[in-house]
Amino acid sequence: MIVADRKPVEEIIEEVKDHDKILILGCNECVTVCEAGGKKEVAVLASVLRMHFLNQGQTVRIDERTLQRQCDHEYLEEVRDIIDQYNAVVSLACGVGVQFMAEKYHATPVYPGVNTVFMGVTEERGLWTERCQGCGECILARTGGICPISRCAKRVLNGPCGGSTKGSCEIHKDVVCAWQLIVERLKALDRFDDYEKLSALKDWSTDRAGGPRKVVREDLQDESKDT
Amino acid sequence: MRLQYPSNIQIILVPCTGKVDVIHMLHAFEKGADGVYVVGCMEGDCHFNSGNLRARKRVEQVRKILDTINIGGERVQMYNLSSSEGLRFTQFAIEMNERILKLGPNPIKRAADKAA
Ligand code: SF4
Repeated sequence: MIVADRKPVEEIIEEVKDHDKILILGCNECVTVCEAGGKKEVAVLASVLRMHFLNQGQTVRIDERTLQRQCDHEYLEEVRDIIDQYNAVVSLACGVGVQFMAEKYHATPVYPGVNTVFMGVTEERGLWTERCQGCGECILARTGGICPISRCAKRVLNGPCGGSTKGSCEIHKDVVCAWQLIVERLKALDRFDDYEKLSALKDWSTDRAGGPRKVVREDLQDESKDT
Repeated sequence: MRLQYPSNIQIILVPCTGKVDVIHMLHAFEKGADGVYVVGCMEGDCHFNSGNLRARKRVEQVRKILDTINIGGERVQMYNLSSSEGLRFTQFAIEMNERILKLGPNPIKRAADKAA
């Protein structure tokens, strides 16, 4: 999932301080799971903002809404009939949702309510860690299912580097060396011979180096749009 | 043992303090409560293992929020006792009541009255 973290409330107050009709818009997907932008966080932020503005002597209307997703047209359409009631939206979706919302509703400023951090897993409640950087050409088959792009500080493809010490990465002793994990995993899979095979240079054009990316699936596209 | 605690305190029963969420405390303040305190079992004695520890963390979160928006973090407090300690229960109530009386009414309430 996409992992996000809550923004300091002071920062959000600064974003919206000049508006008096604000919609706090949550998302039911990833940001709900990582407890940054779901219905509950929407309720908390709305309550905090209502109290803040009241305390400042400002009359500000703050409403709450949470959509199933903010990265699909059909769910964003659900606010079309109410959007004109507001002069600002704070979206607690990831950066994708914030942008899609802003693309759709040109006349209403949309502010981010979370910091979108990475694609990762819930290791335990309250602890999320990175697993994928969407490089566009997955190499996990070669690395025993452990990603050196997202988990090695240097994105080394034939590791470990000289900084690997007792299983830790040289950037910090609490950071596990991804290549140590890969070596252990290949051994456990009885595929240690694969470790000897050198990885060729990676084509980074499928990563961000190639500019903004898109996935086109003509087999899924609506035929009627072509004509 | 019939102990008196300040009559302006409204008790809300919950099955475990782990049930008390940040939003419940915030809504209490939003509706005009002058102070909120949560009384849980002793740490280490939670029937559900960590309900009271979670409550403590949530109280701390609310405290930070109230400080940020100038309502006063001291208006919220976590207490712990065991179920047989009626006397401590009243002590907590008196302590909190005195603290809140000193702080005065919830500023939100004053602001809302002004706006009305
Ligand atoms: S120590 Fe391991 S994880 Fe850290 S940079 Fe070197 S190879 Fe990558």
